[in-house]
Amino acid sequence: MGYQLTQDGLRQVFADWSREYDIYAPKRFEGTGRFSETDVIRYGTVRTPEEVVWDQRSDYSWKEAVLPVCQTLLYFTEETVTEAKDPERGKIVLLRSCDLAAVKRFDYIFLQNGPEDSYYKDRRDKIKFVLMGCDHSFEGCFCVSMGTNRTAGWDAALNRREDGYQAEAADSFLAAALEKAGTPCGDVVPDGVDANDFTVTVPEDLTSAVAQSTIWDEYDKRCFKCGRCTLVCPTCTCWSMQDLYYTENGQAGERRRVQASCMIDGYTDVAGGLKFRQKGGERMRFKVLHKVLDFKKRAGYQMCVGCGRCDAICPEYISFVRCIEKLADGMKEVTENEK
Amino acid sequence: MKNNTYLPFRSEILEVIKHAELEYTFRMAYDRGAEHPVKPGQFFEISIPKYGEAPISVSGITDHSLDFTIRKVGSLTNEIFENYVGGHFFLRGPYGNGFDVNMFKGKEIILVAGGSGLSPIHGVIDYFADHMDECERLTVIVGFKSPHDILFRDDLKRWKQSGMNLIYTVDKADDDPDYDGHVGLVTQYIPEMNLQDPDNAIAVVVGPPMMIKFSIKTLLGLGFDEEKIWVSESRKMCCGVGKCGHCRIGEIYVCQDGPVFKYTQVRSFID
Repeated sequence: MGYQLTQDGLRQVFADWSREYDIYAPKRFEGTGRFSETDVIRYGTVRTPEEVVWDQRSDYSWKEAVLPVCQTLLYFTEETVTEAKDPERGKIVLLRSCDLAAVKRFDYIFLQNGPEDSYYKDRRDKIKFVLMGCDHSFEGCFCVSMGTNRTAGWDAALNRREDGYQAEAADSFLAAALEKAGTPCGDVVPDGVDANDFTVTVPEDLTSAVAQSTIWDEYDKRCFKCGRCTLVCPTCTCWSMQDLYYTENGQAGERRRVQASCMIDGYTDVAGGLKFRQKGGERMRFKVLHKVLDFKKRAGYQMCVGCGRCDAICPEYISFVRCIEKLADGMKEVTENEK
Repeated sequence: MKNNTYLPFRSEILEVIKHAELEYTFRMAYDRGAEHPVKPGQFFEISIPKYGEAPISVSGITDHSLDFTIRKVGSLTNEIFENYVGGHFFLRGPYGNGFDVNMFKGKEIILVAGGSGLSPIHGVIDYFADHMDECERLTVIVGFKSPHDILFRDDLKRWKQSGMNLIYTVDKADDDPDYDGHVGLVTQYIPEMNLQDPDNAIAVVVGPPMMIKFSIKTLLGLGFDEEKIWVSESRKMCCGVGKCGHCRIGEIYVCQDGPVFKYTQVRSFID
């Protein structure tokens, strides 16, 4: 059953939820944007609905809830290694349909691709997802093309209306607060867009042969390998292991995982000097083909969820979408070369 | 936390075998063989807290120990070389598919290795050195940079005595007038395998990328069936369990699907 909520009502709901969980939602961080006097919208803990940013897409995604920029896995001395314990408190994550689809991609890597990652599972089991309905498409979104515009599997859904909110919960804890603060209404269907400003088509005949095409060459000069596109991506899961020590004599320290990027130098470096993919174009090819080809070969569905964040963040105005459009030309080129 | 993949166990250094200035074998205590048996070609993440972890192939397996032959090339391996008997490392593994010795049984086996590339197939050679009757014929061709870089000298002697066709060579021997063995790249000696039974042959090539490339080219040039060639790949790996992403090539994760692959699969890899 759904509930109608006033602004005060949702404030009450947030207060109730916050007693047991941290509410993790897109939030405005003033003055920390790309350019001077601009803001950045990224995830953080909120206590009131007023802090949640509804009217624009967050620059960064929800993923730090499960893959923090830096997460301690182990503490050590020279003689012992002990597990780091995660905070007991779980999170209620407010996110859009595309990002909820990204959760499935994260689950695939951390829970299915090889043995379960216990640190991920521990965090993941303590998360409840609240879907924020999209009543319109933001600039650069292409969720409809990627089939992520209406994602199932939410624990609660929230639609924003002029006079308040509509909400429905599948989870009993989340539902209890709605029941207390809201007025019952009919079933609530989460808002979702049925069309974006443009469509993106991944060529059906796409194969890894496209790697040999010249479409990647332009990125050798344009891309300076800053990795922002991967850091904002809700489906990029890569990380590196890093040790550090606290004391001057190096007797104690910690091992942590830190977010990593296939676009940034050092990603493939092995001891002895062997490196792969030094050029920007090669890294672009590696990333783009993972998103629209390689992941699908392994998992059965596309990795890219069409959020459009990578295009918005790139300081060189490199467009992932434009690159997808070029793939058909790239396939044509390599097919003709074969003849 | 249940089933923490990243929690390493402590392992004592039982013995250090110094092959060359930059290459030592560390014999490490291992008593988990019953629950976690180890195959040649598999690897462990070896670490010294504060210096980090590195994936290292197992180069020898007994009931109570594992050998890791390590080349001193990075910040972790530099530190590893400061540790000797009585010290310890932290390990986690085994990871990867490794070699199943059964796939070689009854066959004419050709093993080609460059330098520390010998580690992943060391266990395979050991097995057949002790069970020569279980294969049709065994040829091992190993290349090192110089006489000073020759690894596993005692093993090479032992293997030679077992009756296998063992050829080891060095790229250059200019600085060692006493060396009287083979000189030249492994590719120069591959024709000396004198393949007797091509239909029943199997080859494995392990080593640096260029050495793998030209060794396979030479094998194919001699008419070796491409379907019967295997290689062991190495890439950066932070986890060993399909999570960190560094070793991915296309839809393949080297740590999960390899590091041992058929050549016909590796051929299509685009890094």
